[in-house]
Amino acid sequence: MNDIIAKDTGRWILDRPNSYIGRSVPRPNAPRLAEGKGTFVDDIELKRMVHAAFVRSPYAHAQINGIDTTAAKAMPGVVAVVTPQEMAEICTPWVGVLTHLEGLKSAPQYPLPLDAARWQGEAIVAVVANSRAEAEDAAALVEIDWEVLPVVVDAEKALDTDTPVIHESLGDNLAWRRNADFGDVDAAYADADHVIEDTFIFGRHTGVCLETRGLVADYESSEDQLTVWHNNQCPHMIQNILATHFGLEEHRVRVITRDVGGSFGIKVHTFPDEVTAVGLSIMLKRPVKYIADRLESFTSDIHARDHRVKGKIAIKADGTITAFEIDDLTGVGPYSMYPRTSAIEANQVVNMIGGPYLFENYRAEANVVYQNKAMMCQYRAVGHPIKCAVTEGLVDQAARKVGMDPVAFRQKNFHADDSYPKKSAQGMPFENLSHEECMTKMLAAMDYEALKADRAAKRDQGIYRGIGFASFIEVTNPSAMFYGVGGARISAQDGATLRLDAKGNVFVSTGATEQGQGMEAVISQVAATAVGVKPERLKIITGDTEHTPYGGGTWGSRAAGIGGEAVAQAGRQLRIQILAAAAAMLQEDADTLDIREGVVVDDDTGNERIGLDEIGRICYYRPDTLPDGFQAELVATKHYVPRKFPFAFTNGAQASYLEVDTDTGFIKLLNHWCVEDCGTVINPLLVDEQIRGGVVQGLGGALWEECLYDDQGQMLNANMADYLVPMAAELPDIVCGHATSPTSDSDLGAKGAGEAGTCGAPAAVMNALNDALSPFEAKLTGMPFTPKKVLTALGKI
Amino acid sequence: MDKNVDISLTVNGEKITKRVEARTNLVDFLRYDVGLTGSHVGCEHGVCGACTIRVDGRIVRGCLMAAAQADGADVWTIEGVTETGEIRALQDAFVERNALQCGFCTPGMLLTIAELMERKPDASRDEIREYISGNYCRCTGYQAIVDAVEMTRGTMGRMGASAGKTGASVGRKGASA
Repeated sequence: MNDIIAKDTGRWILDRPNSYIGRSVPRPNAPRLAEGKGTFVDDIELKRMVHAAFVRSPYAHAQINGIDTTAAKAMPGVVAVVTPQEMAEICTPWVGVLTHLEGLKSAPQYPLPLDAARWQGEAIVAVVANSRAEAEDAAALVEIDWEVLPVVVDAEKALDTDTPVIHESLGDNLAWRRNADFGDVDAAYADADHVIEDTFIFGRHTGVCLETRGLVADYESSEDQLTVWHNNQCPHMIQNILATHFGLEEHRVRVITRDVGGSFGIKVHTFPDEVTAVGLSIMLKRPVKYIADRLESFTSDIHARDHRVKGKIAIKADGTITAFEIDDLTGVGPYSMYPRTSAIEANQVVNMIGGPYLFENYRAEANVVYQNKAMMCQYRAVGHPIKCAVTEGLVDQAARKVGMDPVAFRQKNFHADDSYPKKSAQGMPFENLSHEECMTKMLAAMDYEALKADRAAKRDQGIYRGIGFASFIEVTNPSAMFYGVGGARISAQDGATLRLDAKGNVFVSTGATEQGQGMEAVISQVAATAVGVKPERLKIITGDTEHTPYGGGTWGSRAAGIGGEAVAQAGRQLRIQILAAAAAMLQEDADTLDIREGVVVDDDTGNERIGLDEIGRICYYRPDTLPDGFQAELVATKHYVPRKFPFAFTNGAQASYLEVDTDTGFIKLLNHWCVEDCGTVINPLLVDEQIRGGVVQGLGGALWEECLYDDQGQMLNANMADYLVPMAAELPDIVCGHATSPTSDSDLGAKGAGEAGTCGAPAAVMNALNDALSPFEAKLTGMPFTPKKVLTALGKI
Repeated sequence: MDKNVDISLTVNGEKITKRVEARTNLVDFLRYDVGLTGSHVGCEHGVCGACTIRVDGRIVRGCLMAAAQADGADVWTIEGVTETGEIRALQDAFVERNALQCGFCTPGMLLTIAELMERKPDASRDEIREYISGNYCRCTGYQAIVDAVEMTRGTMGRMGASAGKTGASVGRKGASA
């Protein structure tokens, strides 16, 4: 647990006396969770609360010709059985498009579909009963007259003329196409010594949050007040969506997010079953709980990835990269998810291919197509594992082609650390990146030379080990350029309010939210430093649209960099206001005073003058003793959004060392390294654990996780026994390191750290696997790399 | 046919008598009938380990056991072992090492580890990883959990005994047999 304490940085928040920035401060909410005393949404019970369950489509595509609820309604304990038409009477449909993704089209999506089911597991009819078990009993008795329709399962065939169209109103199954062309790719090919191409497959996987999606909705008709306890990442976004589609005013909708059992991007979307559950509470005028079970999670949570990317790289004989080209195809289910859309992942892939490297010629086509599978949308490290694995897979093949060490090849082509600011081949603005430094630090940490020697020695014994590298860029701290400009009511800015109480404690409320990543600790460190109090003097308030400033919540690795900066600014403002009160009491110039550890001191000597408890007492109880005309103001609010750069790009490098059993196809991960640059590190312990958790999520997609479908669109492994997630025994320890390039967009200088691990891990594993198999001329580029695929590549099966 | 069953059991040292539906599983009974929400439900088919509780000295999946089967049993949950102080050192290490993020897997993980430390206080890192490999954690990547176990290695069994509370010692006897 190395503390990273910056000194004399020229940034006031880092140079504050008694700074908590850069320290591994424990999380204030962790002891409660370690005692099992969290409040997750299923822990909430209200008077007269009833439970929702859903009749879900057993078919991937089928017309609904009729619904008979008679038998279900007659079951004991049943309160209501609600059809799609009934729900549509109180809730308007939504369309998941963004105007800046030109041409993106999607069909209106109702909370329950009016005409047809378009994926297996889609919720069709809602049943409400006194218990979840009774609701499920009754759901089994709902009769739906189905007419099974032809399915579109294979994304490769979605645009064929003889493939059925999922939404007639759209004309075809194309959601979005983007073409990009920079420089002159054809000229680069003509001039290249080698053009290498390959196809990379990324299987569908999903978030598998241990706590499933869920909510308790409570509509109070006398006040037209809707209160929703929801395990969502973005309370203000959900507030807006529920108000919009149920025709309520936003101030009559309160969204409360208590403890969230993992989210990773899964709990950031508008799920039709959740909207329906809210509608049930409005209909019934009583509290309704809906908690997805694990089967419902697998078939109705958003899925992620599912890309087929054909990639090309052009190089000169000396190893210089001159061009990249990709053709990306991704299947996103039957609708574009609302409100973030299902086209962002492909857009990210197009924008970031080749990110670490200097080249000028780039061409891309991305096709986002509809199909009858569960909906696909943003999940941790959106698009990043794909663009990273395609780039780094091609880079490794190019290095091999010209006989260069993969590290030397990368180092030859990196954007130099002293070459910033600059733009990428695609025009993405890079403020300050550190590919060279990260690689250098990682090579030292892993002892590359010793590993190469071990690899060689083991090969002599018939043991096949491989070393794989992946350098990467990553989007964090997204500005309004990400969603807002496209018309989505998703806040890129965040606000913070700090309030001094009468005993010298500080309440901190923020629009950023806690999902387990440690936001409350980060907020407390920044607030304590900015005001000048100990963290134990703080009370952090998050996740409540009625009691926090408007904010975006948690997504896009923004909470520390944007939410934290708002807290820093509000904390400084509160300090200034407290010092104005202290100056009035002490008859001093406020500029000569500071606050340290909860006490106002003389700035130059540190002599203690008056405690914040005394200031609180006087300002709140004896304002009559203050000078005439002086009114103490002990609440401060500030908002922040990045304005200089549309995103704070970060970067890093990862490496994997693994062993392949060439008889069984099993891969054993021996070690993994990640050195990344998230700018100012606020809490080294929490950053490292974000990296490690992220790496393991990336390893899951690379080696084990895949949502398997048959040719009729039936998900075959929608349970935790058949869908394999990373478990403790198959994982290595992960070594973390850092470079530090703070962003100038904020005083804090923090960039995001939550997604870097997931971004680079699959590419590093793929390259290590192919390095291990290089003696056999075997190569794998289709994730997950299962034993069967390994043995197939080796020609053994 | 009566779908309900009368059961009497001890939960965290407290005698409880309730009438339950025969199909109610033990973790739902604890969460909704007894009000002990520290045991979590992650998969309801015995894979994820979030509902791990201790029954007659051994850890079990609360979702794979009917409440009716617990008639006469001695059941301990995260709330109980927190109250006795039996796993305090482990909980402190989890907080210090940030071995929990969202905290949803943590109660089940802690009860699994408590059993490991009773059976094999000097478990190696690989043995720790193997023992907790039935408890799914999506957040941490497990390394911090293994570190936290190492931080408390060898101290847990003694702590459980010294806590001296009636239930804690009963709970431990079965495990040490």
